[in-house]
Amino acid sequence: MAYRANILISSAAPGAPEVEQALLDRIEELQLAREVQVIQAATLGPQPQGVELVIYPEGTHYVRLTPEDARLIVDEHLYKGRPVPRLMYKGLEVEPLEAPASKEVRVVLRNVGKIDPGNIDDYIALDGYAALAKVLTEMTPEQVLEELKRSGLRGRGGAGFPTHLKWTFARNAPGDVKYVICNGDEGDPGAFMNRRVLEGDPHAVIEGMAIAAYVIGARQGYFYVRAEYPIAVSTLRVALDQAREYGLLGDHILGTDFSFDLEVRMGAGAFVCGEETALMQSIEGLRGMPRTRPPFPATSGLWGKPTNINNVETYANVPQIILKGGEWFASMGTEKSKGTKTFAIAGKVKRTGLIEVPLGVTIREIVYDVGGGILNDKKFKAVQTGGPMGGCIPEKYLDLPVDYDNLAKVGSIMGSGGFVVMDEDTCMVDIARFFMEFTQDESCGKCVPCRVGTRRMLEILNNICAGKGKPGDIERLITLGEEIRVGSLCGLGQGAPNPVLSTIEYFRDEYEAHIYEKRCPAKVCKALIEYKIEAATCIGCTRCARNCPVNAIAGKARQVHVIDPEVCIRCGICKQVCPVDAVKIE
Amino acid sequence: MDKDLTQTVQRVLMRHGSNREALVEILHELNAELGYLSQATLALVAEALKLPSSQVLSVASFYSMLDLEPRGTHVIKFCQDAPCHVAGGREVWEALEHELGIGFGATTPDGRWTLLTTSCIGACAVGPVMLVDEDIYGNLTPERVRQILKQVAERDQAGGAA
Repeated sequence: MAYRANILISSAAPGAPEVEQALLDRIEELQLAREVQVIQAATLGPQPQGVELVIYPEGTHYVRLTPEDARLIVDEHLYKGRPVPRLMYKGLEVEPLEAPASKEVRVVLRNVGKIDPGNIDDYIALDGYAALAKVLTEMTPEQVLEELKRSGLRGRGGAGFPTHLKWTFARNAPGDVKYVICNGDEGDPGAFMNRRVLEGDPHAVIEGMAIAAYVIGARQGYFYVRAEYPIAVSTLRVALDQAREYGLLGDHILGTDFSFDLEVRMGAGAFVCGEETALMQSIEGLRGMPRTRPPFPATSGLWGKPTNINNVETYANVPQIILKGGEWFASMGTEKSKGTKTFAIAGKVKRTGLIEVPLGVTIREIVYDVGGGILNDKKFKAVQTGGPMGGCIPEKYLDLPVDYDNLAKVGSIMGSGGFVVMDEDTCMVDIARFFMEFTQDESCGKCVPCRVGTRRMLEILNNICAGKGKPGDIERLITLGEEIRVGSLCGLGQGAPNPVLSTIEYFRDEYEAHIYEKRCPAKVCKALIEYKIEAATCIGCTRCARNCPVNAIAGKARQVHVIDPEVCIRCGICKQVCPVDAVKIE
Repeated sequence: MDKDLTQTVQRVLMRHGSNREALVEILHELNAELGYLSQATLALVAEALKLPSSQVLSVASFYSMLDLEPRGTHVIKFCQDAPCHVAGGREVWEALEHELGIGFGATTPDGRWTLLTTSCIGACAVGPVMLVDEDIYGNLTPERVRQILKQVAERDQAGGAA
């Protein structure tokens, strides 16, 4: 049955259930239920803006909605036919995260937020499964590999291994039983592109996996998705059911001899499971611990069978490459890094969110043109790319074109495309300590250098931040870091020292200030700062004294207040509540 | 009680055809239904799947989303990762500890709140974020945390207290 209007709601947004209920109730009250359909679309638009609605066929985009707003929209827009401009998405006024048209190119994200992920017909209407049909009816596996080779597609999970080579190895590996796996264990803090693709356009990934299965000769595949993404898992399960119903998965797909099916497996909160050998252990129902390579998964993977494992974004690129040709894809990007890449921008920029740009744009373009510059117009200090195994890149490389090789050259990695921007108020030692805490916690414990070494590095960093740094600490960190790098089996251990080593390389003066002068230049490390009330500014309002959780502030009304540094716990509440900004950090 | 437990375990195992490979998911679902994985639960799973109990325990203790201890009525999971940290997460975390009077991993004496951290839930654009049970709260400040805790407490009272 056709509906007069289709409403997409950003069902993953905080507060969405209440808005949706209000919407449905009002639709019911006005007896519009037969004319109007409400579709849960997880996320809409380039950047979350509260609870959002898009009403088709007009394509009106409403943002930051309350339940009352939803009722108003039903009354006005749907019942009376009068859109509500007040609630609409206002382009630049609310600063959406949109790259200038010349810079953003959407390949992987082309359908996200535009189609109903719960309806396979939407995907098919936009050339969905046409690539699979083309591959199955017109192309040999060799031709597919040739097209991929022309495209220059490299793995989007981080390491950037050429996809056509990976597939060729798995195809050539002897054995009747083979598997394809999609790595959806997107654990890198700050990266959420895979979540958006799985929630917004699941069929593109399914199609890419089916093509991979055809090429390598697999009949069975697995989606491994982290349990932190429940909406992605349920969206995927619906998509798989629909694909089976349409004969796009299962036996004799599209009437050919090719049979293939997919299952979803969920993680349970272990960062290391994003490593491919650990991931396969987890699918087998074991502790997710990495193992030695070789043998590589292409020859001995899941249950010892040849296995092809790629990232969500890699698979999502494949159908487009088949339809538009490898040359089209290779026309974007740099010499060795072709195509587009999604980046998740977070941290101290004005516009955070997800973007997709051709590889080769500069860090400056991403931070300033796309991200809108630094929050509160502070000074850019560094960008941390590639998640906790990546490095911090300083200001002098702002004009570096972003691709796999350039990032590696400056001591970082592409990773899955996380982009955490830091400003002058960020302490680089504290950040390095923070990342080390993460990897130390997530180390699976198999390799001693990673298990013990990360802990030793963390202890040294904790000491430095606590004002107990000793001469020689920097050198010890470097030695330890290099030993962990060479002595660990998987990417987690090999990359764990990166945040520390890169900050030592580019911000050594900050380490030295902490160790030798017992001073934190960014005024972050609590043991090295002191809160003081500026006598000339203080108006004696008593607000700080009343809010201090440890009663460290003395002073009578209308008299200058004083903080006792012995009692002060440096929580910063006094600074937050002071009406005249008299509290300073020294 | 024991009969209930056996039935729950049986039901979850049936959903997965008593498949050993689904061990992680079986434990995950039992964790959700029972609140945590007791020794008794793990023993039942091991027996049914014909696995050594050591292996079941090794899996249960490896994954951070599987709980080996009982939790409070509401479980708060604060995102501990870098984007939230850079966006002011530390002040929010301190406010949480201060408001609840407990530290990481602890449960309040009245059994109402458990304070945990989670790894990135992919909502970085609205960081700092936390989960209260299944609900995501973003753009947190110390002030907003206090409001949210109050709201949840009020909702409980309105609903006859959970």
